[in-house]
Amino acid sequence: MAPSEPKLDLLQGTLDLMVLQTLATLGPQHGYGIARRIEQVSGDAILLNQGTIYASLVRLQQRGWIAAEWGTSDNNRKAKFYSITKSGRKQLSTDMSYWQRLTGVIGRVLAMQDEGEN
Amino acid sequence: MTFSFRESLFRLQSFARKKPLDQDLAEEMASHLQFAIEENIQNGMPPQEAERQARISFGGPQQSKETHRESRGLPFLDTLLRDIRYTFRTLWRDRAFAAIAILILALGIGANIAVFSIINTLLLRPLPFANSNELAWLDSNRGLGGLSSLTYKIDVYDEYAKQNRSFQQVTAYMPFFGSGGYSLTGKGEPRALTGVMVDSNFFQTLGVKPLYGRAFLPGETAKGAAHVAILDNAFWRQHFNSDRSVLNTVVTINRQPYTVVGILPPSFDFGAAFAPGQRIELFEPYPWDDIRHWGNTIFIIGGLKPGATVQSAQREADLLMPQMRAAHKDWYSEYPTRVSSLSNHVRGKLRSSLIVLWSAVGLILLIVCVNLANLLFARSAARSKEFATRTALGAGRSRIVGQLLTESVVLSTAGALLGLVFAYGIVAFVSRQASLALPLLSSMKIDGATLLWALLVTALAAVLFGLAPGFLIASANLRAGLGSSSRGSTEGRHFHGLRSLLVISEVALACVLLVGAGLLLRSFLRVLDVDLGFQPSQTAALTISYDDNGDPKHRTPILQEILRRVRQIPGVEAAGISDMLPLGRNRSWGFQAVGRAYSRDEDNGAYVRIVTPGYIEAMGIRLLEGRDFSWADDRPDTQESVIINEAAAKLHWPGQDALGKEAENFTARGKTARVIGIISDVRQNSLEDASTPEMFLSYAQAGPEGSELIVRTKLPPEVLGPALTRTMREYSPDQPIGEFRPLQTIVDSSTSPRRFFVTLVTSFAALGLILAALGIYGVISYMVTRQRQEIGIRMALGASRSDILFGVVNRTLRLAFAGIFIGAVVSFIGGKWISSLLFQTEPGDPMTFVAMFVVFAGVALIAGYIPAQRASRVDPLVALRYE
Repeated sequence: MAPSEPKLDLLQGTLDLMVLQTLATLGPQHGYGIARRIEQVSGDAILLNQGTIYASLVRLQQRGWIAAEWGTSDNNRKAKFYSITKSGRKQLSTDMSYWQRLTGVIGRVLAMQDEGEN
Repeated sequence: MTFSFRESLFRLQSFARKKPLDQDLAEEMASHLQFAIEENIQNGMPPQEAERQARISFGGPQQSKETHRESRGLPFLDTLLRDIRYTFRTLWRDRAFAAIAILILALGIGANIAVFSIINTLLLRPLPFANSNELAWLDSNRGLGGLSSLTYKIDVYDEYAKQNRSFQQVTAYMPFFGSGGYSLTGKGEPRALTGVMVDSNFFQTLGVKPLYGRAFLPGETAKGAAHVAILDNAFWRQHFNSDRSVLNTVVTINRQPYTVVGILPPSFDFGAAFAPGQRIELFEPYPWDDIRHWGNTIFIIGGLKPGATVQSAQREADLLMPQMRAAHKDWYSEYPTRVSSLSNHVRGKLRSSLIVLWSAVGLILLIVCVNLANLLFARSAARSKEFATRTALGAGRSRIVGQLLTESVVLSTAGALLGLVFAYGIVAFVSRQASLALPLLSSMKIDGATLLWALLVTALAAVLFGLAPGFLIASANLRAGLGSSSRGSTEGRHFHGLRSLLVISEVALACVLLVGAGLLLRSFLRVLDVDLGFQPSQTAALTISYDDNGDPKHRTPILQEILRRVRQIPGVEAAGISDMLPLGRNRSWGFQAVGRAYSRDEDNGAYVRIVTPGYIEAMGIRLLEGRDFSWADDRPDTQESVIINEAAAKLHWPGQDALGKEAENFTARGKTARVIGIISDVRQNSLEDASTPEMFLSYAQAGPEGSELIVRTKLPPEVLGPALTRTMREYSPDQPIGEFRPLQTIVDSSTSPRRFFVTLVTSFAALGLILAALGIYGVISYMVTRQRQEIGIRMALGASRSDILFGVVNRTLRLAFAGIFIGAVVSFIGGKWISSLLFQTEPGDPMTFVAMFVVFAGVALIAGYIPAQRASRVDPLVALRYE
């Protein structure tokens, strides 16, 4: 894990964003549900160790963007359910527009480099 | 790693609730797995495969927990706690090392704390008066000479108070106190009090508010005003049992009614600031008009106006004093005044001694750190495998350095705590040395500033001895790796060179300390060796009072009777009375040879002692020529007689025999006195200052200031004291009897500041020596252990035991000599720095250097000989098989 430390930062940020988006669209979910949903949507394109989602969840919780509560699932199993908060939604829209601007800029920069080389 | 406030709060909370949160996470993860397994089974997997797949996609559970904890709590604090636990475990395993390290640190840090609190009390803390920062002190005669030279006439004080523009107010006190000028009678046995005559605004000027009652009022120094007094707090507690009702009552002092108007707060100790080693019990606003016709009698203290400084007051005094003299031709001199801050007056003289003391403990701390760095080196060399293992398991360099630093912080904290206990002991001991003639010492305590300093010193020590080796080890360690055996590798040699360097520097530092202490010790011995001019052994003094009704004619028979009774005590060899003892108070009067022309600027003051016949013999003063006073010629109507010391004889009758010559100026106008005897010089103010002219006058012919009975006897003090008291009590039951003191205690008190500093510096030097010896022993003994195999091979090849022994001793001495050489050079160069503290000793005193060399070489020899002997006993067969 140590050699990929710089990438991990970006990945962490993205994971937080994906978790927020999932909760915003799906409503309250438990950790497994969130992880599965992200896997499904990404179509196995990202390799997610499902366990790492819990670090992300506790982080978001500490920042007050999501709330957690123990409850019972559809199949009557005890599970901790997470839901997005008001400030979480605000953060999500900020992060989303930031992310879109960032990818846009990076895309343009990479395109420019292509031209320069030829 | 900066968190928002909210996040920090959460993290702190999570840190505190580790267990329940971990439990919560474990449950959550368990339910997660269950969800995954169920889904997999629904998708058609066999149960075993379902669980396997679920675990695969979950990833490492331990890692997840770890990252969860990291984003949840305070990871650095976790690490720190773990390091501390680990440190405690390793230190417990290595108890002997830990104990030695903590003890060494405690000695070093304790010495530093104690000395800091001495320095803080004597030098740094403001004086214990509210206005201490604005207070200035005025010395006449530019601060030179005895009390009579330094003080002012009342008229000068009054005139200066009117004319100066520098001070909001000036006040004054009379320093010629001490010899039981006040006797308290009434309840119980009569008691002599030490009182000071002050001006009425004395306490307001200093900023001292009485604990109870009031300060003096302006009219109370007027002639004929009712007598009032303010009591010192300690005296009030002892003598009046802290009884507040004594306030506004009348007590009988010198047969006069005095109203007690105030009691001072415990924080104010007049003696501690103005008369170190003395306790003042009573303050009286004095009717200055009564002594206006006297000579110089008072000291002036002023509270500076806002904006005025000591310098501006000095400039003003330089102009003002000569102007004032021009208007008053009858004044003795122009009173060339030296203005200094009161703080500087009280403790300026101590500054250099204290800075030397501070440097000495600083050196001790350095030696302690070097010593511990050395110990830690030895330890970490032994632990190199442990570090290699930890590195291999993924610990970064910073983690290992962090671990080592934690260890040094834990050690130095433990050392500091123990050191604080030592320091408390030292401080408690020192502050109780009431006879120590150092100002402010009684107020010494370990306060906030001292604790802060302790913290600073501890942190400094931890970094000094912990961090440097930590980095070295960490870097060396990365090179070494697991595979290499630690012995004989380059790393080992690298360490060894470094350790030798440390030992050399340690020896050099200790040498500097030893030379410094040696020089101070030698100075002290020289001081003790000074010819006092009198013999303090087998002589004791007792302050007595008598009632002559203020009539000199009555004095002679009373004193004759007292001395007759005292001489009758079996065992008493000689007895006499003087108004002032040497090394105590003093006063001086003008003294001139009749017929000799003196220039205007010539200082012809001489110390005056008024004595009875027999005093010279009782004191053991050598009478060089002529004779002692006798009762027969001791009549007011005969020509006055005077006995002078050698210094006076040489100054006023150079190249002639002074005996039988006539002197004047101290006598009544138009009269002269005849020199009837010449005595050897007696040290007057301190043992260290050469004697200046002095004269003895007879009790019947001059006005004494108090009376000290001197008795020479072979009786032990505990027998003589009660016998004297009984005799005096029988003779005059209503007179108070003062303190009984063997003369040696007076001499000791005079040398006590020097003794104090020498004792401290010498013990620090001894500590430094021990630490250096320990350092030498450590490194040599480590070397011997490392080279066991080599020694075995050399012995197998025919080296004899003595070859090995000499080899090791040789190496030890090489290390020691290198350190001694450097230390000697540094001391020689730095010696000038303490030359102002030396007495009849050169900074490059060869004796001291030779003694230092011999002591150090001897200690090094012992420190090296023990491991050398161990080396020579190595059995080649065992050594070769070793490891």
